[in-house]
Amino acid sequence: MSIATLPDVRTATRPVAAVTTRPRPRIRWENVVIHVLLLACVLVIAFPLYYAFVISTQTVEQVMARPPLLRPSSHVLENYAGAWSRSHMGRLLWNSAIVALVSTVGKIAISMLSAFAIVYFDFRGKTLVFWMIFVTLMLPVEVRIMSTYEVIGDLGWLDTYWGLTVPLMASATATFLFRQFYQTVPNELCEAAQLDGVGPLRFLWSFLLPLSWANIAALFVVLFIFGWNQYLWPLMITNTEAMRVVVIGIEELIPRTGTHVPEWNVMMAAAMMALLPPVAVILFMQRWFVKGLIESEK
Amino acid sequence: MLPQVAVTIVFFFWPAFESLRLSFFRTSPFGDRQVFVGLENFVRLLSAPDYYQAIANTFVFALGVTGIGVGAGLLVAALATQHIRGLAAYRTALLWPYGIAPPVAGIIFLFIFHPSYGVLPYWLSFVTTYEVNWLLKGWVAMTLVIVATAWTHVGYNIAFFLAGLLAIPTSVMEAASVDGAGGLRRFRSIVFPLLSPITFYLVVVNLIFSFFGSFGVIKAVTQGGPGNATEIMVYKVYKDGFIGLNLGSSAAQSVMLMIVVIGLTALQFKFLEKKVTY
Repeated sequence: MSIATLPDVRTATRPVAAVTTRPRPRIRWENVVIHVLLLACVLVIAFPLYYAFVISTQTVEQVMARPPLLRPSSHVLENYAGAWSRSHMGRLLWNSAIVALVSTVGKIAISMLSAFAIVYFDFRGKTLVFWMIFVTLMLPVEVRIMSTYEVIGDLGWLDTYWGLTVPLMASATATFLFRQFYQTVPNELCEAAQLDGVGPLRFLWSFLLPLSWANIAALFVVLFIFGWNQYLWPLMITNTEAMRVVVIGIEELIPRTGTHVPEWNVMMAAAMMALLPPVAVILFMQRWFVKGLIESEK
Repeated sequence: MLPQVAVTIVFFFWPAFESLRLSFFRTSPFGDRQVFVGLENFVRLLSAPDYYQAIANTFVFALGVTGIGVGAGLLVAALATQHIRGLAAYRTALLWPYGIAPPVAGIIFLFIFHPSYGVLPYWLSFVTTYEVNWLLKGWVAMTLVIVATAWTHVGYNIAFFLAGLLAIPTSVMEAASVDGAGGLRRFRSIVFPLLSPITFYLVVVNLIFSFFGSFGVIKAVTQGGPGNATEIMVYKVYKDGFIGLNLGSSAAQSVMLMIVVIGLTALQFKFLEKKVTY
């Protein structure tokens, strides 16, 4: 019975499947080859993660074994506990979560407001402002690190959550996405609201916001990944260990050649913990993620 | 509105302007004195062989990442032209590494490439006696960072190609089938031309990404080494500015990068215009 219901569930959750045409019987073998090739791609892509996981379950002796052991061993708990305590993983994950969540929420809120202003209000310098936001698209943080660093230093925001999150909040992409979306909202809605005496902020809150949830969810996933994986910026403006984010913090566990005991098992355990949250977000919210990815680039 | 403008000004315009200004000055390492030197920083930069090395490295890296990413995307798109079942599942199965930060991916590949314990040198030792040691050989180190970065980005390209593929009306494909066009033929004469705007767009995006998003993987894995075989432009800005404290040169390099971004973005806009017709 469960087999009989399976295809329905699939077509319901994956709109893509609905578009596909039924394969013609005479080219079936071709499809088999294609499935085999695609599965091979999937395996190649999955191998590094599998390997990292395998290493994270072994002892140092097993890690050094030749030929390499490609099956998981039973030392999961000790490696993960070791990685957790040695890299202050709790603190690192917490910092990463703060950076990712605060910058994402801030970005969405700011972009919504400014897109709202651009679409629904006429004011002097509108073109100038629009053009200014547009230019920010062009200059990634990496290009102006030195001087942005100085600005943050002048503000006294080094080593604070402010410094970590606020500069990440300006995003032209999100503003454009919302602008595009607002332009598809029929003008009649706005006029009707005005006739009923609804103020602009109330209109944004009670009309546009409920209409935008799909866009917000999509943006949220993409921006969360972006924020979690920030590297250069957190590296520059944090000096103390307590403010490090996880992507940077696990680096000190890399056993450099020479003096260190090659504790790659602990390293891989830490890497697994660092990559699990964003990957889980993609897997669980994949529909929103793909939507956000593709629409935010239009 | 105001917050966005404020953030934009404080964190974008002021810094960009500062970079531009600093690039014309020589600043003492403690930042207390600044001497106007005109274009000297640029002249120095452009007459230093290691800057050209950094440019060359950047291009090798960017072309490598872009080539693998776009190539793999096209490959999957070519396979998927048969409109087989379960495409969305494949997409997810290929997309998830996008969540992994390149530095973390770099660490994983660092071990895969590890000269004494890694699985790759072990496998290769059956095929060749050549020593695949990234600590000694620059091109191995470069391959390492390229593969690690491409790994996280392949899925992104695939997602875009599949989206483009699904936008092609099935009627077109069916008509081609009826006319007797085989899978390869259909890909070459219908799918590929229709996907070419996306291909072009992805090439530009991948270039931008690998020009600027590549800092972390270099910093975490090779630190520009061995020698300066993997020292790319963005890493050099950081190294000269933060470690070498040569602010003038670092700012001049930032300005050079800005020019590159503006060029690439102009290309991107060309794409946007094109896309309207398609």
